[in-house]
Amino acid sequence: MIRTPDGDPPVRTVYLDHAATTPMVPEAVEAMAALLGSVGNPSSLHASGRAARRHVEESRETIAAALGARPSEVLFTGGGTESDNLAVKGLYWHRRSEDPARRRILASAVEHHAVMDAVLWLAEHEGAAVEWLPVDTTGRVHPDALEAALAADPAATSLVTVMWANNEVGTVQPVADLAAVAAAYGVPFHSDAVQAVGQLPVDFAASGLGAMTVTGHKIGGPLGVGVLVLDRAQDLVPVLHGGGQERDVRSGTLDTPAIVGMATAAELAVKRRVEHAESLATLRDDLVHRVLEVVPDAVIGGDPDLSPAHRLPGNAHFSFPGCEGDALLLLLDAQGIECSTGSACSAGVPQPSHVLIAMGVPEGLARGSLRFSFGHTSTAADVDAVVAAIGPVVERARRAGQTSGPRA
Amino acid sequence: MRVLAAMSGGVDSAVAAARAVDAGHDVTGVHLALSRNPQSYRSGARGCCTLEDARDARRAADVIGIPFYVWDLSERFHEDVVEDFVAEYAAGRTPNPCLRCNEKIKFAAVLDKALALGFDAVCTGHYARVVDGRLLRAADPAKDQSYVLGVLTAEQVAHAMFPLGETPKTEVRREAGRRGLAVAAKPDSHDICFIADGDTAGFLAARIPAAPGPVVDTDGVQVGEHAGAFAFTVGQRRGLRIGHPAADGRPRYVLDVSPVTNTVTVGTAEQLDVTRLVGRRPVWSGPPPAVPTDCRAQVRAHGEAVPATAWCDGDRLVVELGVALRGVSPGQAVVLYDGVSDDRVIGSATLESATA
Repeated sequence: MIRTPDGDPPVRTVYLDHAATTPMVPEAVEAMAALLGSVGNPSSLHASGRAARRHVEESRETIAAALGARPSEVLFTGGGTESDNLAVKGLYWHRRSEDPARRRILASAVEHHAVMDAVLWLAEHEGAAVEWLPVDTTGRVHPDALEAALAADPAATSLVTVMWANNEVGTVQPVADLAAVAAAYGVPFHSDAVQAVGQLPVDFAASGLGAMTVTGHKIGGPLGVGVLVLDRAQDLVPVLHGGGQERDVRSGTLDTPAIVGMATAAELAVKRRVEHAESLATLRDDLVHRVLEVVPDAVIGGDPDLSPAHRLPGNAHFSFPGCEGDALLLLLDAQGIECSTGSACSAGVPQPSHVLIAMGVPEGLARGSLRFSFGHTSTAADVDAVVAAIGPVVERARRAGQTSGPRA
Repeated sequence: MRVLAAMSGGVDSAVAAARAVDAGHDVTGVHLALSRNPQSYRSGARGCCTLEDARDARRAADVIGIPFYVWDLSERFHEDVVEDFVAEYAAGRTPNPCLRCNEKIKFAAVLDKALALGFDAVCTGHYARVVDGRLLRAADPAKDQSYVLGVLTAEQVAHAMFPLGETPKTEVRREAGRRGLAVAAKPDSHDICFIADGDTAGFLAARIPAAPGPVVDTDGVQVGEHAGAFAFTVGQRRGLRIGHPAADGRPRYVLDVSPVTNTVTVGTAEQLDVTRLVGRRPVWSGPPPAVPTDCRAQVRAHGEAVPATAWCDGDRLVVELGVALRGVSPGQAVVLYDGVSDDRVIGSATLESATA
């Protein structure tokens, strides 16, 4: 519980961690709640099963329409991590089964752990040869880099995976250009679009992707449900085996209420996107400019061009020289301001972000990073609260110095 | 006060943090990640540095209702505690890593960071008391941990909080149960947390180059051969591999380990007795004693404190023991307690020699 020094009632929570998870929109809560008491397995043939199946299929159509895909291309999963694993492992196994020589995986060096660790697992256990596509200082993969990597040995390449927009620094990738390069070599291309939907225009068919990951809880839907959009013509080998509910690619009883909640949220997220993105960008731009006024030596992580073609409108990322990210987090948390260090947390132990390291950020600077991410409940008062707090917080964290990592 | 509670994942530090909250303090919990590879440290009952312990600490913080973070001190811990431990053994001394951890990590790196972040004190589950800024033994003599805290300076003690000092361990467990803390029945940790299997000799053997050398008696006569001097500690009796019995037929013990000459010296139990201790760079809880001062001296975490007289000689501490102690090795710490009550820590030093 957060108290002011005088023991006054708890201060307002300033939630600026929407890239981690964002509150469900009321429409999704309502649609989902209406079904929580209903019975019916969508795979059952009786009336209750048919009713559930109808909800699922309507949701599939809604999501397909929102994402520029065909309904048959929408596969429900348990979330973003499952979709990423299914895409990466499933494509690798399928492509290798067609031709045992296809063992190369080309992945960007800034992927989310759900992709990165799946790729590393394939390298360790399934004989995959991983090549990390380099990024520039803004975190972007250049189509030339992909072209060069593919040209080196196209016949041995099983898949390419590059995220649509980065979760830590918000850098938007030239997905359509990259997909066109992969298509020219006939190699399937997967993109994790978890952060992109609702903030950027995402059209599966127009993008030329073979597979795309989306999750419910980043777009105002529930946790625990996601989608893998998979091209009709693309086969892959399942990760989960069982009833074969989803095109024989993904098994498991479908979670009807969650799927309906996600569909409601996806439809609204896409419908409201332009207006939403503008309001996020206004708040984010204000935060960036005012934080730099208060802490002039703060370093913007990612693309300094804040336009939506370059950067997620809801993402702000700073590195504060001489500070430790977890100290900044602790001090802000004590004032009710919730954000993220943006770095992967294995066993709760902060490691310098692989994303920042891949972008060439020095390790010491990378350790002092904070991500603020805006969403549909964010307000100008949230920005004011951060701007009011950040100066003293950085000063204090700087005095505490950096205790993790090697001694300076 | 704003209090930072170091939470190991054990029952003691959890109850200590809860008591700090009850006392009206604004408490934040931290678990110290000390291993560079959390899987490699010993698990559950026997240590404080595993993933399971981090989870136990987090659950306790949830139940108590305080914010909780993990601080990565693994590099510092490796340098200041693990490497120091190995270097001390390699130099023929016997270090106490728990004491070093308190001195260099919990009440140095962590305390410094806490103070810089605006905290006023660091709270731990150690059994000791602080009264008027002075460190005292715990009320429960069986659990007293003032020895491993005896290396703290007055400044460090001033920012330390030990809420369990007045309470017997059994009561702490009962209280943890009453508070709904799942760690109430978790066994105590023992031994050295960074030696996963408890095999100290094996741990050292993997890190210190070993060469065979002579085992000699006090007259310098070789009585056997060892595989590596560092593996022996003063007072050790077993594993000497002496080829033939002593003339008097009595058991022999390690009297001295000399890495420079790679020699292990053995002798009788009586020859292990020491009455004069010399320590380096003593730490005093008050002004250093100007004249020889009667006190009580303790050289092990759970050893007895014996009557002694202590004085300063330049930057050295000299302690004359009133009762001989057996098997004292350089590298151990001597902690001095007030001579009358044997309750209050007055100073400490790491031993460079212990002689008859």
